[in-house]
Amino acid sequence: MTNQARERLIVIGNGMAGCRAVEEVLKRDPDRYEIVIFGAEPHVNYNRIMLSPVLAGEKKFQDIILNDEAWYADNGITLHTSCMVTSIDTVSRIVFACGGVVEKYDKLILATGSDAVRLPLPGANLNGVITFRDLADVESMVQASTAGGARAVIIGGGLLGLEAAYGLARRGMKATVVHLLDILMERQVDASASHLLTEALKERGVETILGGQSEEIVGCDGKVTALRLKDGRILPCDILVMAVGIRPSVQLAKTSNLGVGRGIIVDDTMRTSDPNVFAVGECAEHRGQCYGLVAPIWDMCRALADTLTSGDGAYAGSVVSTRLKVSGVDVFSAGRFAGGEGCEDIVYRDAGRGVYKRIVLEKGKIAGAVLFGDAVDGSWYFDLMRAGADISELRETLVFGQAATEGLRGLDPSAAVAAMADEAEVCGCNGICKGAITTAITTKKLTNLDSVRAVTKASASCGSCTPLVEKLLKLTAGDAVQERTGPKPMCPCTHHGHGLVRKRIVEERLQSIPAVMQALEWTTPDGCASCRPALNYYLLCAWPGLYRDDAQSRFVNERVHANIQKDGTYSVIPRMWGGMTSSKELRAIADVVDRFDIPAVKVTGGQRIDLLGVQKEQLPAVWAELNAAGMVSGHAYGKALRTVKTCVGSEWCRFGTQDSTGLGIKLERLLWGSWTPAKVKLAVSGCPRNCAESTCKDIGVICVDSGYEIHIGGAAGLHIKGTELLTKVRGERDAMELIAAILQLYREEGFYLERVYKWMDRVGIASIAARVVDDAVERANLFERFMEAQRFSQDDPWAERAAGHDASEFQGLGAPLRVAAE
Amino acid sequence: MDHLWVDICAVTDIPQRGARNVAGIKGPIAIFRTGDDQVFALIDRCPHKQGPLSMGIVHGASVTCPLHGRNVDLATGQLMGADAGQGCAPRINLRVVNGRVELAAEALR
Repeated sequence: MTNQARERLIVIGNGMAGCRAVEEVLKRDPDRYEIVIFGAEPHVNYNRIMLSPVLAGEKKFQDIILNDEAWYADNGITLHTSCMVTSIDTVSRIVFACGGVVEKYDKLILATGSDAVRLPLPGANLNGVITFRDLADVESMVQASTAGGARAVIIGGGLLGLEAAYGLARRGMKATVVHLLDILMERQVDASASHLLTEALKERGVETILGGQSEEIVGCDGKVTALRLKDGRILPCDILVMAVGIRPSVQLAKTSNLGVGRGIIVDDTMRTSDPNVFAVGECAEHRGQCYGLVAPIWDMCRALADTLTSGDGAYAGSVVSTRLKVSGVDVFSAGRFAGGEGCEDIVYRDAGRGVYKRIVLEKGKIAGAVLFGDAVDGSWYFDLMRAGADISELRETLVFGQAATEGLRGLDPSAAVAAMADEAEVCGCNGICKGAITTAITTKKLTNLDSVRAVTKASASCGSCTPLVEKLLKLTAGDAVQERTGPKPMCPCTHHGHGLVRKRIVEERLQSIPAVMQALEWTTPDGCASCRPALNYYLLCAWPGLYRDDAQSRFVNERVHANIQKDGTYSVIPRMWGGMTSSKELRAIADVVDRFDIPAVKVTGGQRIDLLGVQKEQLPAVWAELNAAGMVSGHAYGKALRTVKTCVGSEWCRFGTQDSTGLGIKLERLLWGSWTPAKVKLAVSGCPRNCAESTCKDIGVICVDSGYEIHIGGAAGLHIKGTELLTKVRGERDAMELIAAILQLYREEGFYLERVYKWMDRVGIASIAARVVDDAVERANLFERFMEAQRFSQDDPWAERAAGHDASEFQGLGAPLRVAAE
Repeated sequence: MDHLWVDICAVTDIPQRGARNVAGIKGPIAIFRTGDDQVFALIDRCPHKQGPLSMGIVHGASVTCPLHGRNVDLATGQLMGADAGQGCAPRINLRVVNGRVELAAEALR
């Protein structure tokens, strides 16, 4: 065949898509076309996705070349490098490029890729502001890193931004990633994996600022010096990398009057609106979808090559998966990793190895997965997902990966366990194989799960192999097996009980909910409505002043500081110290009731006044007026100190032995604002006639001539229980120190929602007395810890919100702004 | 069939694992944002006793009603667990465009 007879195929774009398309065509029909490629960069074709390792110094440019000059020569391909195509005449089928290059075509492929998005921030044109797209960008980053102690700020915590940051940190720069959202790589991973990622990056010298809004790039003499955030923070830097996304490069297609949406629109044959023009890769838009990953590009190139050689190919879209290329940080993500309608999660965490796996199932098939720390099975899950394989039979072992699952496939669970080899690993966390477990069961005559755990450590960490260990126990010990005992798990999200969770929060200095969930191997991505409020309280109690309260993990009442009622309105109860009030307070309450048209006013059992039926939007204004009259939140809505009920005592009563009202007020002033495992009610009675009903309160004081009796563990609600006498003290100061110490012990030991009387039943009054009555040093320490915690809790939540804190919680979203017709 | 869409707010105006509400033609509409930044909209009434779902604790893609602790699947509005099949909070058509939440106009006043 002569050159004249061959059709001319021109490819605009010398990148991964353009060259792969050519390779696929050559593979099918090497002699069909005379091929010309235009490249805007001065290089031969290289593997763009490997630029990150080049930046990190882990690879050299030579290592990532895909097609060297010989390839172009051997295949008779004409390559125009550094040559921008300026226009296409689709009628005469001619391409015009810089430097007067003109080429005629029969078939034309657009593989123009994409451009990095540049944020239109003030200062975006300064020297040193770069994107991360091609080799030239990498070269300028490498150059900047050669100055000692240089700093880099990277805007964008997506895949590319993190790889850029890691690469720069590897080259000795101090790198800080600023990400607009609270989750890194939010398009690929969930909050749990993002938490681990943040930690892993920190270990590798990359700092992250989440929820950071960039406002201005600051410069000096035309060169970047810092990034200023909306919250006023200034981040000094020598280079600023914008890695906020890519946009299909469509300018040429647009000026050539080809159909363009977000990308160049192609049909299933990869044809654009012109029958002789095709598009592949990141510049193409297929069925409304543009892709920025490599696997779909390969799929497109195959379909395009079919079209160009043997009749129409059929590209049906791609399912994508992602891996992060940061050494030692394995992240894999595919499909609907965040779950959704009708989906079910299998979550596995191994705190020891820093592993988090989440597999999302839908109708017995894998719909998506996110893996952190151990991503070797990513491609296996991805294959199962793409094949739409029914995995219901593999479900039990799926999360342990291919090796564990394939060994057991097709057998019924017990037979499968029996068939496992003795060397097969059962407990991945502790590296225990089947043989070690069965031997221990036989030789040590173990009959329950806890003893197997104690002896072998199998299933003692994350517990996800518990069903497997239980089956082994059943198989080996037979009828001797005892039912499982031990502490009840906090909730279905975890295998651990409250006590262990509290202990490990303190011992391992866990200071956030995601940190607890990872370290204790939670089985759900973000907990549930029972464990989240509990964890929030435990963290608040363990780390006063350090832990940032998570409003979204609080029950509505504690979030809006009022009590929700059956109709969605709220009740408001201001604090009345020791049950005392005044004409000024009563007048202010009356005025508030009138002004806001509050439908009901009720005297409570705790000696206070309840305003019922307040609308949520009204709350801050109601509080502002009550604040103005000197009243603060009564915490009637919280797992917190409620009331200190008093009688009139020696001030007025002919039987009163001490100033019970005065002590009640002092106690309430000391204790208010404190968060506790469950609600806490106190009372102080002036004599044993007990008019303040002290003997059915969590902590009750009964005044006698010789001092103060301290009673604890009463209740008069769901359960009725009289208090027990703990001790008697001489003076008011002693009573106050002791009560604060009791409350602190309860705060530190109580399980969430466990009232004082239940806590007392669990630990025994003797154990409480030993620490707060008999041991003066322990009592003083508890008192001191209580006072330290109070430093951070005695701000009136009403005053804060009346002043505008958390306004959107109360105002909602307001009126819709604009109508977007489509 | 294309909807007429109304811009409501930025996704980031809703707290993660939280909700905000907006006035709708049949009473308030709750818009939820999960920990994974998925956004859902339901009529703000629990199928059990009409509790305001927007005030509940959001976990995974579900919300726990603040009144009696019923769990509702955000994607379907259906009650979950033991209450499955016993009622649902109607879904509102929603889409997210460039980080902004838009609701179908017919659901709004």
